[in-house]
Amino acid sequence: MNRTYELMFIVRPDMTEEDLDKLIATLSSVVPPSGGNVQRVDKMGKRRLAYTVRRFHEGIYVLLVVEGGGAVMHELERRLRVTEPVIKFLTVRVDEEQKRLDKIKKLRDARKKVSAQPAAAPAAPVTPMTPVTPEQPAVAPAAETPATA
Amino acid sequence: MAEETKAPEQSTPSERPRSSDGPRTGGDRPSGDRPRFGVGGRGPGGPPREGGGGRKFFRRKKVCKFCTEKIEDINYKDYRLLGQFVAESGKIVPRRLTGVCSPHQHRLSAAIKQARNIALLPFAGRAS
Repeated sequence: MNRTYELMFIVRPDMTEEDLDKLIATLSSVVPPSGGNVQRVDKMGKRRLAYTVRRFHEGIYVLLVVEGGGAVMHELERRLRVTEPVIKFLTVRVDEEQKRLDKIKKLRDARKKVSAQPAAAPAAPVTPMTPVTPEQPAVAPAAETPATA
Repeated sequence: MAEETKAPEQSTPSERPRSSDGPRTGGDRPSGDRPRFGVGGRGPGGPPREGGGGRKFFRRKKVCKFCTEKIEDINYKDYRLLGQFVAESGKIVPRRLTGVCSPHQHRLSAAIKQARNIALLPFAGRAS
């Protein structure tokens, strides 16, 4: 029951802001009864469509991230189909993809952390280990070491 | 010696592009274990195939943009990134031209198709 879906839909461009908000509220109210919760609502604004949809050339894009089972999306999509201002919608399931991305991010962060550690070590006194300077005269190492540090 | 054009029996067609059906059975040529991908920058081994116009030398190795820049999230939403891999006509550009590696090309292709469905990219014609 922890599937995450991304629902993007396009609303006709001549909708007012408050009508849009009302519509989003109506849709969001459908979600909890079916056992889900809306994670995020993103109004992406008016955009020119790549092709004509129902004789419209522009549309207002809205993104809804919903967490829940399949029944939630089924109900949401059913509502969207009958809602008149909505001209197109697309549902994508994203939890598997998100898991994969999180895993990669974790790996990358872990790798970065491991490589960041030796950066701290050279800052520590490394003088007794410098194999470059041969300790010929006894005076020289004492004089040289402060310079190399 | 068995690798050469054995005889003009039926092994000659199998030397040609592997994507078409050659004599898969029989195994008279060791072509069964070779990958049966389509032609591409596989190297100018043997006679020059009709890779991209019958040129002998392949282009310099193009690198996968997603691998080098470590872009893992190929989303249908970033149409600008996807638009780079789409031709003027709206078609998805083959990976032998863009140099994208195979798994990324699959994800890219799926994302482009999703973007097309939600009118972020066109099916045909110029991308607005």
